Amino acid sequence: MERHDRKLGLLSAMPLGLILVLSFLAPLVVVAVFSVMPAKVFTLAHMPDFSAYGVFFERGYYKSLLWSLAMALIATLALFLVCWPLAFGMAKVFGRFTLVLTVAVVMSLFVSENIRLFGWVLTLMKGGLFEGYFRSLTGIGFDSPLYNTGIIIFGLVYVYLPFMLFPLAQGISMVPDDTRQAAADLGASRWQILCQVELPLAAPGIMVGSLLTFVLAAGALAESKILGGQAVIVIADDIETAFTFGQNWPLGAALSMVLIVIIGGLALFGVSRIDLDAIMGRKR
Amino acid sequence: MNTSQTTRIALYVYGVLIIGFLYLPLVSVGFASISKARYLSFPIRHYSTKWYAEALRSDTVSDLLFTSLKVAVIVTLVSMVVAFFGALAFARYQWRFRSLFQKLILLPIFFPQTVLGLALLMWFNSVGVIPSWKTAVVAHLVWIAPIATLIVAIRAYSFDPALEEAARDMGASTVTILREVTLPLLMPGLVSAGLFAFLLSWGNFPLSLFTTGADSTLPEWLYAKMVSGYSPLVPTLGVMSVVGSFALILLAMSIGWLVRSVREARAG
Repeated sequence: MERHDRKLGLLSAMPLGLILVLSFLAPLVVVAVFSVMPAKVFTLAHMPDFSAYGVFFERGYYKSLLWSLAMALIATLALFLVCWPLAFGMAKVFGRFTLVLTVAVVMSLFVSENIRLFGWVLTLMKGGLFEGYFRSLTGIGFDSPLYNTGIIIFGLVYVYLPFMLFPLAQGISMVPDDTRQAAADLGASRWQILCQVELPLAAPGIMVGSLLTFVLAAGALAESKILGGQAVIVIADDIETAFTFGQNWPLGAALSMVLIVIIGGLALFGVSRIDLDAIMGRKR
Repeated sequence: MNTSQTTRIALYVYGVLIIGFLYLPLVSVGFASISKARYLSFPIRHYSTKWYAEALRSDTVSDLLFTSLKVAVIVTLVSMVVAFFGALAFARYQWRFRSLFQKLILLPIFFPQTVLGLALLMWFNSVGVIPSWKTAVVAHLVWIAPIATLIVAIRAYSFDPALEEAARDMGASTVTILREVTLPLLMPGLVSAGLFAFLLSWGNFPLSLFTTGADSTLPEWLYAKMVSGYSPLVPTLGVMSVVGSFALILLAMSIGWLVRSVREARAG
């Protein structure tokens, strides 16, 4: 039986393994090689000169990177605060309403993110849903909150909410009710239970949720383009420009590499600490 | 530990508010799609369905829908096959590199999709493949096949390996076991994985952006119009795409409900 399992395991991992090796790992190697090529070449048959990395510092591209990372960090913290009460409700309080919430949130995920962001533009713009009706009711208009840094962070919070909510709810459901009850019986305050029982026991969910939102938000593009009106240039935007207008693939590749190394490092760190069998409910 | 009544009510209210927050922009898009004016401004004075009529007549629109559909259907079929075997390797079989395989699957999900699309563009270029809707299928698969695998894996964790072992003891071959025991047991997981794959591919924008070449999917076209040169068809097509997705989900849910009630009727 053991030997049988081993053979079948390897065989059935093949299709997905092949897809990921050929169209995930191999492209990453190509990006790495492109990033050390001289400027403006489109093939890999050149002497490497690492000039693109110099440009990263000289032309201030590191500023875009810092903007992206800072906005992703703020969005992650905000999402944690927004999602914690709801995740707690889903895991411990709501009965059937948890199912309703889950279906509603998952369905919103199936709507293309640019349609949803565009909806916010229509809602918030001058003459949009809010301002237009407010003005026609009261006669007083107000400035649109669009096109600044705050609204980009708002967009990130909006788009990545499900990616924080579901891991958090999963994490909180791993906190045994008995433990919370025991802490309460022994006279712990609500705040003490939160800090000393719930947060530590829900840590795997918190880590997965925060990591996922941070990583996705750091590489996000549509929020700054559609809602932010490019008030801030994010790193994904610089990467896109280098490839399209700039026609400078090595520069784009070098910018991508910087982002990949930061994000990949975080993702590897997180993934290596997760016990998938435990989170996904192994019955043994 | 009982949560107080006030807290419970507050949490329910909060939940409803969050759902409202998630769907509010779609309400605006819905209103915009039935506004008669070419340049939208709220409050809407005149309603009309003329943009829907125009969208249905337009050749560009039918091309976009067809490309998006083609990509989504192929991604769905391939994802289901790959996820069936992938989930068994992920959750069921004990083999040497299982833990490494589990982690490899997670990496594309923890990865910015725009950057992944660009990496694929460079890769296709280096091996001499010209980007078209076919390369977009590959790009979607890199992200969607792992998600489909995780969905089927949840189901695979919950079934009892003794069922397969019993079939083997009775002399069934590996292929027979897969077909007669494993496949029916994983079927509900496979169906939801297929549904997820279709909808995620249908709505995906960041992966398509760099990998479709001269072809264009619906989300890409919408994005191009949003960033430069607004068209009154943007909200209309947005609504059509959303309604299509939701209709598919409702259809799938009612078929699932029907199958369950027929089974229960038979058993009872």
